[in-house]
Amino acid sequence: MTKEDIKQVVLDIIADIAPDEDLSGVKPEVRLRDQLSLDSMDFLDIVMELRKKHGIEVPEADYVQLASLDSCAEYLLPKFQAKAAK
Amino acid sequence: MSSKPRIVITGLGLTAPNGNSLAEFRANLLAGKARIAEIDVRHMGRQPAGVCDFDATKWQKRKEIRNGTRVGSISIYCAREALADAGLDWDRTDKSRVGVYLGITEHGNVETENEIHNISQFGNDTKYWTHHHNPRTVANNPAGEVTMNLGITGPHYTIGAACAAGNAGLIQAAQMLQLGEVDLAFAGGVSESIHTFGIFAGFKNQGALAQHADPNQASRPFDKDRNGIVISEGGAVYVLERLDDALARGARIIAEIAGWCINSDATDAVLPNPERQTECVRLALARAGMRPNDIHIVSTHATATALGDVQECTALRTVFTGCPDTRINNTKSFIGHCMGAAGALELAGNLPSFEDGWVHPTINITEIDPECALPGLVVNQAVRVPQVTAILNNSFGMLGINSALIVKKYGVA
Repeated sequence: MTKEDIKQVVLDIIADIAPDEDLSGVKPEVRLRDQLSLDSMDFLDIVMELRKKHGIEVPEADYVQLASLDSCAEYLLPKFQAKAAK
Repeated sequence: MSSKPRIVITGLGLTAPNGNSLAEFRANLLAGKARIAEIDVRHMGRQPAGVCDFDATKWQKRKEIRNGTRVGSISIYCAREALADAGLDWDRTDKSRVGVYLGITEHGNVETENEIHNISQFGNDTKYWTHHHNPRTVANNPAGEVTMNLGITGPHYTIGAACAAGNAGLIQAAQMLQLGEVDLAFAGGVSESIHTFGIFAGFKNQGALAQHADPNQASRPFDKDRNGIVISEGGAVYVLERLDDALARGARIIAEIAGWCINSDATDAVLPNPERQTECVRLALARAGMRPNDIHIVSTHATATALGDVQECTALRTVFTGCPDTRINNTKSFIGHCMGAAGALELAGNLPSFEDGWVHPTINITEIDPECALPGLVVNQAVRVPQVTAILNNSFGMLGINSALIVKKYGVA
């Protein structure tokens, strides 16, 4: 699993929870909230889908790490790697 | 009610299993066309059910549909269609003076059952329970979704009234308009009940769930071989206004609310009480200033249960014997029992009779149950009558709630 793979995982989740959004031009370094119509319930959906589909837990204190695609990849990479190593 | 403001219907939107507009619904009722499907019900296999096929994306974004409820989508579709039908200048309407009053039989069972199933896939660990559960299951959800979609800032709530809810929503709106609490109301009834297995299982174990090889013949009120209820989804939402306001804006007036009554059996949780039903109808007539023979159509509640149909017929026989101008019909024979939407939809399908003079039938009668053989019952074929100026809409429900709503053609004394 690479950082690019993780960005795609997050984009796939966003495509499900925000189906009206055009995700083709999402900038990885920009906060997702600043370029997409996402609210706090949507971020909870992202957390839930990471848990359900990938067995990844994001503690509430770390929600801020999901701000952008880049920060998602940075934060989630060790978690996915740890998962793969099991 | 003469000292109180007169209330009129100026718009209507609906979705029924056999129509997503009043024109389509009405055409199928006059043509005798039922539309009942067979669906897979969780834990119960194939069951007959009335399914609506309206396009939810007409008035909602896909994210709104995903985050909301099925009944929220039904409510929004119906309210938006009603708004368009009413010809209101919505941009210039004071949204703080608009109320939303929707009748429901039950709410929250669909989402709760879905989540119980969902966490069962994860060892019943509640950390997988959706955070959307509470906004989806609060009892005001259907009406609240309408306010968010339309930007309405006046009051909204649902009226829980079992299967009398469609009438109850309209009655609540009329009362709020008369009190001056709002200037405009979206009101009626809605249901998503086909998406919960509990209601199917409950009726089945009560011996009241319809079964038939042909789904379109499963709902057969008054027929000798009826064997229970076909559960359906649907909705009908009306725009209601005070008559003076409607006239001031040059609105097309579809009908006038003439009288109503809601009362309670106080006898049994499920078995209806014809004495209380009789009292309910008579009080509605008295409040409308009408005699029984002034009613040209009685839209019955009958759901095709063995006892319920006979009980309603007993009540109607008591009130309407000697009324040669009164015709009697039933809409559930076409679309099944739309629960919270039933009363509102059944009234809607009869409203065009004020203009076209046709009375739609009750269908699926092969052999009439002698105890249901009411004079005036319109059987299997629509009939044309000299005039229709008043309709009585019956809706009854569990815990002994009865409702009778009378609407009349506008401009008739």
